Amino acid sequence: MIEVNELTKRYGRRTAVDRLSFTVRPGQVTGFLGPNGAGKTTTLRMILGLDAPDGGTATVSGVPFRDHPRGLHHAGALLDAQQVHGGRTAAAHLAALARSNGIAARRVEEVLEEVGLAGAARRRIGGFSLGMKQRLGVAVALLGDPPVLMFDEPVNGMDPEGVLWVRGLFRRLAAEGRTVFLSSHLMTEMEQTADQLVVIGQGRLIAAEPVAVFAARAGRPGVLVGTPRAAELTALLTAAGAAVTPEGSAGSERLVVTGLPAGRIGALAAEHRITLHELTVRTASLEEAFMELTAGSIEYRAGEAR
Amino acid sequence: MSAPVTGRATAPRATVGAGAPPPVRFGDLVAAEWIKIRSLRSTPWLLGLVVLVAVGAAGLVSLADYDAIPRRGPESPWEPTFALHDAFPPEGYLMLMLAAASLGAIAVVSEYGSGLIRTTTVAVPARGSVLLAKAAVQFLLWTAVGAVTVTGSYLLSWSILDGRDAGIAVTAPGAPTALAASVLLGPVCALVGLGLGALIRHAATTVLTGVLVLLILPTVILPANNRSTVGLNHTLVLSAWQRLTRTWGAPSAVDHYASYAGSWAVYALWPLVAVALALVVVRRRDV
Repeated sequence: MIEVNELTKRYGRRTAVDRLSFTVRPGQVTGFLGPNGAGKTTTLRMILGLDAPDGGTATVSGVPFRDHPRGLHHAGALLDAQQVHGGRTAAAHLAALARSNGIAARRVEEVLEEVGLAGAARRRIGGFSLGMKQRLGVAVALLGDPPVLMFDEPVNGMDPEGVLWVRGLFRRLAAEGRTVFLSSHLMTEMEQTADQLVVIGQGRLIAAEPVAVFAARAGRPGVLVGTPRAAELTALLTAAGAAVTPEGSAGSERLVVTGLPAGRIGALAAEHRITLHELTVRTASLEEAFMELTAGSIEYRAGEAR
Repeated sequence: MSAPVTGRATAPRATVGAGAPPPVRFGDLVAAEWIKIRSLRSTPWLLGLVVLVAVGAAGLVSLADYDAIPRRGPESPWEPTFALHDAFPPEGYLMLMLAAASLGAIAVVSEYGSGLIRTTTVAVPARGSVLLAKAAVQFLLWTAVGAVTVTGSYLLSWSILDGRDAGIAVTAPGAPTALAASVLLGPVCALVGLGLGALIRHAATTVLTGVLVLLILPTVILPANNRSTVGLNHTLVLSAWQRLTRTWGAPSAVDHYASYAGSWAVYALWPLVAVALALVVVRRRDV
């Protein structure tokens, strides 16, 4: 269990995290979502006692993390896979961390096996790909067999096989009753992995709820229809009992149709010899919900404001 | 596509995580820091080079005196204690100082530079204990290197000068002090470097500051041969080591000599203050 209460961090005049409160519960994968610069990493650092908050508290299993003399049995974390010493072997890197917490050397072999790096144990980390470093970071997090695990952008640089593996691992860790907290700016990743979401923007809480509930916020399910004869088709569909709203800008306009299945829409168009460019069934997507909710709180936007 | 949520709810197991955590031992931290030092390929090379240079310098200086002793006039007779300078020549031991200060600094700075310190701190939230463990490893490592270096350079110098009956016994007055001060020169500098590393956290700046404080300050900025700077010069590590290894008294310069006790105090205070400041700072700053 991770409990964050009114957590605040300021850097000079910029408030990176602003009175943030949420709870991450055991037995589930909780996604920590927000645009780049939203304060995710700063929050994780404060939870782990690396950065001191300017206000509020963060506890892991009810205790401020800094109060533990040794940490690996209480929480495991992968913050940045690149933050390693390239001159050490994977085995030596893990051996030093294990020894510092009184963990038996045998456990190093176990976690290397678990993350698929047993064959690379004696190689220097400097020669590892980012994906391999991510696996090494996961191995560090697992070292102490902790009840709470935190991962910051864990799938960055992983190959598709690695992504599948790590998703399965997160699910398994949660199923074992652990608290799994996973930060990402990739909505699709959360859709695949998380049960719960904590969404922040500009350091403030935007939502804390189940993934399905969050996705339903953007829920305008329906059928997207593209056609050069929009006015005619709108009349036809409305007559057939559908609700039609135009979407997009003139020229690339599409119709969002609710109340009629895609097959019926296609059949109606065919009957009246109306050309369709597009006929897409739309479901509520996390991506859209996220874009909508964070639209006002994106710190670094590319190009000019829309 | 909405996220499939079914089939995932699993009742939290009460037994998750390992049972009782292993006992908290400072010795484990020291062992962990030793693994970090040992697992770097550069460490044995660097230490080997230091020993080689220091012992080699003692050999060369002793050979020069071996040649020069027969030519000494009656007005400047050879004193047995001169042999201490040949056994522990600054030419070689400056290298030891520089290497110790750099390695001590790098033990801390490399973790901040790479960001590894975050992983270290999550594993061991007791930051002060990590710093003390690093200090303990540096102290033990450089004391061992110092012992090897001192033994090697003393024996080589002695075996050369003995050919002129000019060697000095280990038990001769002043010799034990010189030996001890030379063994401890490495650990003193390593801890000063470590403290500076924790305060500055930047590799190049830390090493430059170390060189300035340990080598440039005592020789260039605050030289001992200047009445206005000699007092400050005596507060520096290099001067303390030189005083402790130089047991002959040159009457004209005797007022320029620091006391033995004062020099030992300088030896103790520099590393203590450096590590104490570092302990305060690592607890206060964000990692």
